Amino acid sequence: MKIRLNGDETHTQALDLLALVKARNLDPSSLVIEHNHTLVRQTSWAETRLKEGDTIELLSFVGGG
Amino acid sequence: MADTLTLGHRNFTSRLLTGTGKFASNEQIRPMLSASGSEIITVALRRVDLQASPQDNILTHIPDHVTLLPNTSGARTAEEAVRIARIAREAGCGDFIKIEVITDMQYLLPDNHETLKAAEILAKDDFIVLPYVMPDITISRQLYDAGAAAVMPLGSPIGSNRGLEMKPMIQRIIDTSRLPVIVDAGIGRPSQAAEAMEMGTDAVLVNTAIATARDPVQAGKAFSLAVTAGRMAYQAGMAGSSRRARASSPLTGFLQE
Repeated sequence: MKIRLNGDETHTQALDLLALVKARNLDPSSLVIEHNHTLVRQTSWAETRLKEGDTIELLSFVGGG
Repeated sequence: MADTLTLGHRNFTSRLLTGTGKFASNEQIRPMLSASGSEIITVALRRVDLQASPQDNILTHIPDHVTLLPNTSGARTAEEAVRIARIAREAGCGDFIKIEVITDMQYLLPDNHETLKAAEILAKDDFIVLPYVMPDITISRQLYDAGAAAVMPLGSPIGSNRGLEMKPMIQRIIDTSRLPVIVDAGIGRPSQAAEAMEMGTDAVLVNTAIATARDPVQAGKAFSLAVTAGRMAYQAGMAGSSRRARASSPLTGFLQE
């Protein structure tokens, strides 16, 4: 299905957020996810189903002043 | 009585806030915090670069006793700053937030108007709001009315190491503000941090000058000592200066008389 991931249109086979994180080979410990403009806690990633046209932001904390 | 810095409901012993940007290695952050005694440190929130190899998690380098101060850098409007603040809190970074809204990309100077709007919203939402602003006594008063926990005027542009270019305006804020005043941005040397503290600034935030020093741990210690020295001098009430000499020794009873 087609989703909007960090601002770009992309295709994914993942059916939920946890699967998306795994498919992208990301370290879950440092990851913050917004699903359709709502922050989803890590404990809910597996049960957060993806659907066509969803907007996903994968964020993390970085060095800054 | 202990000389504490109070921000919101929290008391701090150290008056040196630090940042996590620009370190050659994140491994330097923990020893820098230890050497400087800094109890508050900034972090930023960014999109994960999906093309790059996995990045180090900055939060693992910050000890539990140090308070996280997420910033809203990258925000160009109040709405964006509010969104970043809420994400940071939801992600478990606590209720401190440094509001940083920048629309001037040449000098990276803050947008006071958008910053005030964000401060009003976030203070109502029970954040401990630390807004980074252009030094101005009107914004300082408006931020007090908005419920901010401090006002953070810049010394000079971010990362410029130019020190207190805004010194007279910062002094006017110190003289009139009912909020703690934290000088943020542009402090490049310990002597400049001491200068800010001697004026009566409540705290300083130093990132670039520490992180990009050849030895960030030693630099952190140097800034810590400078902040303490400046604070002590302010409390001691230093005498004014004079254009003319004023003898330290008596001008009478010379031996040759």
